[in-house]
Amino acid sequence: MEVPILKQGHYLIASIQSALTDADLSQLREALIERVGKFRARGVIVDVTALDVMDSFAVRTLRDIAHMARLRGSETVIVGIQPEVAFAMVQLGLTLKGVSTALDLEEGLLFLDQQAKLRIERGSGRIDRG
Amino acid sequence: MADELRIPVTADVDVVTARQRGRELAAQAGFSSGDQTVIAAAISEIARNILNYAKRGEVLLSVVTNGDRQGVIIVARDQGPGIPDVQRALEDGYSTSGGLGLGLPGARRLMDDFDVTSSVGTGTTVTMKKWRHMNA
Repeated sequence: MEVPILKQGHYLIASIQSALTDADLSQLREALIERVGKFRARGVIVDVTALDVMDSFAVRTLRDIAHMARLRGSETVIVGIQPEVAFAMVQLGLTLKGVSTALDLEEGLLFLDQQAKLRIERGSGRIDRG
Repeated sequence: MADELRIPVTADVDVVTARQRGRELAAQAGFSSGDQTVIAAAISEIARNILNYAKRGEVLLSVVTNGDRQGVIIVARDQGPGIPDVQRALEDGYSTSGGLGLGLPGARRLMDDFDVTSSVGTGTTVTMKKWRHMNA
């Protein structure tokens, strides 16, 4: 099942709707990295609220997405990790080290806005192409 | 053993099926939603190991009652190459497949009982159980 990727302003939002196979996750990674360039996205949000389980493959793929997007100049934030899923992740020994997370979509958007502001203040933000 | 569910594992979609069936079974057996997720995550890891190392195998799911406790038993078996060093395979971060090396040790942490039997050239069987106290 393909994950829909929406473009909202400078951001891409990938909203996972159901359980994903490993192939689906890999496909999501390729699609996001390609679209970061295509849409000149400055931020990526991956909403995992509907994900039934975050196992080692899912975590590795999300980490890859965040690191690859950063190399392409885009900040990633993972939103919607459910309490039970977080519990199982910790027991499994899985971390999202180096990857930003936020409670939900709203917080994720806020986070990306703050990151964008910080980049501009530091003078390292991209020039607004309007 | 009554009502054993057998899920053949030959493609990545079977990993999802196995963990979803496992979650349903755990729900029927009265496990909390937290425990259901834990059980599903453990199944996901060991079912993926079948694919990664043996290409094909199966996951067997069943419920067992033992005195005042009820449990789910998950058996994952394959006739793949086997694990030369089971102790090593149970260490965090050890992987021969390029993964994170958290599958087996992670699944062990998630479950109450965990046993791996493997012999090179014959295959691997992982048996794991999660218990809950009834009337508790």
